[in-house]
Amino acid sequence: MANMTFIWAVVGVVAYIILAPFVGGLLAGFDRKFTAHMQGRKGPPVLQPFFDVSKLLKKEITVVNKGQRFLVVCFLLFIVITGCLFFAGLDLLMCFFALTTAAIFLVLAAYSAHSAYSHMGAQRELLQMLCYEPIILLIAVGFYVATDSFAVTGILHGTVSPIVWLPLLFIAFVMILPAKLGKSPFDISTSHHAHQEIVKGVTTELAGGNLAMVEIAHWYEDVFLLGVIFLFIANMNHWWTIILGVIVCLVVYFIQTLIDNTCARVKWNEMLRFTWLVAIALGVTNVILVYYLR
Amino acid sequence: MADITKSPWIMHYDASSCNGCDIEVLACLTPLYDVERFGIINTGNPKHADILLITGSVNTQNQEVVKQLYEQMPEPKVVVAIGICACNGGVFKECYNVLGGVDKVIPVDVYVPGCAARPQSIVDGVVKGLGVLKEKREAMKKKA
Repeated sequence: MANMTFIWAVVGVVAYIILAPFVGGLLAGFDRKFTAHMQGRKGPPVLQPFFDVSKLLKKEITVVNKGQRFLVVCFLLFIVITGCLFFAGLDLLMCFFALTTAAIFLVLAAYSAHSAYSHMGAQRELLQMLCYEPIILLIAVGFYVATDSFAVTGILHGTVSPIVWLPLLFIAFVMILPAKLGKSPFDISTSHHAHQEIVKGVTTELAGGNLAMVEIAHWYEDVFLLGVIFLFIANMNHWWTIILGVIVCLVVYFIQTLIDNTCARVKWNEMLRFTWLVAIALGVTNVILVYYLR
Repeated sequence: MADITKSPWIMHYDASSCNGCDIEVLACLTPLYDVERFGIINTGNPKHADILLITGSVNTQNQEVVKQLYEQMPEPKVVVAIGICACNGGVFKECYNVLGGVDKVIPVDVYVPGCAARPQSIVDGVVKGLGVLKEKREAMKKKA
């Protein structure tokens, strides 16, 4: 049995490392297509994100300093580690810590350049972290009180789908997801779209291959985040919850695109007020209720 | 691997245009012309851009800005001068503060005439620029 778990963990990690960039890139492509259709345009081909990254890799690499490239590599590396921990079925808390570390590396990369726009983006990224980190931690706590396990495999093999116990936390997660996906209304540090009020936020000083790495890291990250959505729904004792989980992931991603196209970017203080007063309140209420009711 | 011409990111700079050409450049992004069909994105960041679209003539005030924007763009890069003012100064050519067309300051690859240049000809100019972009990429590969 222990052997089987190990084999599944290896399969999960290998599949994630190889497939996640394709899945993430395709999702980004569909996102742009849907966005275009919502705006009454035809939009680029679905494979456009791959064309973009392939082009970026062919550009001249202009680095502002050697440290920046190292920090960007670390960002990509830690995002991949986050996903590997998750898809190996290991501790959810570890995943979230690795995710935070990755985000910090991106902030450091932005701070390493002597550029006002880059610094502004870094500060705003930190503000975003202030908004979504509490929810991410609450999710780990919520999964624990609902299933008595921090491990992804343990959560998957619980008696019921975690969503039964954690509906409010799920909503809270969907609320903060725009901040992680770089979508309006919470795309204050950098937007995945071209237009930007502070040039390009954290990625302002990144060019060519460095920007390509950030893009690829975002694909890995998107797949991991959808994995968390999947974890809310899926339960290994009921096979249909797995299919439902995948469907819910796609629906949530579509909803994010819809929100992105119907909302304007908010100011940082409004983002802070909304996430702390609404999302965190929902999350905490949910965790307390489950703690006493279950 | 996909061709470099499939994802041209554009930066638009108004040197000293009357805004006529600028409006036409922005019109290219609207649903009617939708240049994103070709993977074209309008970025505000020279470090992400492949093609520099300049409208209006260059004057003594902004020649340094134009030079700096050009230098910040990573190779391979293409410059497209939009409108007659960007091509050779247009009606402002004789002004005391106007240097002339964009090519007085930085090398220009494609000239799109017109006052104002029509969105169709701007898209056409950018597509011509893609050919130059590809040539420059080939030259870069040979060098390396």
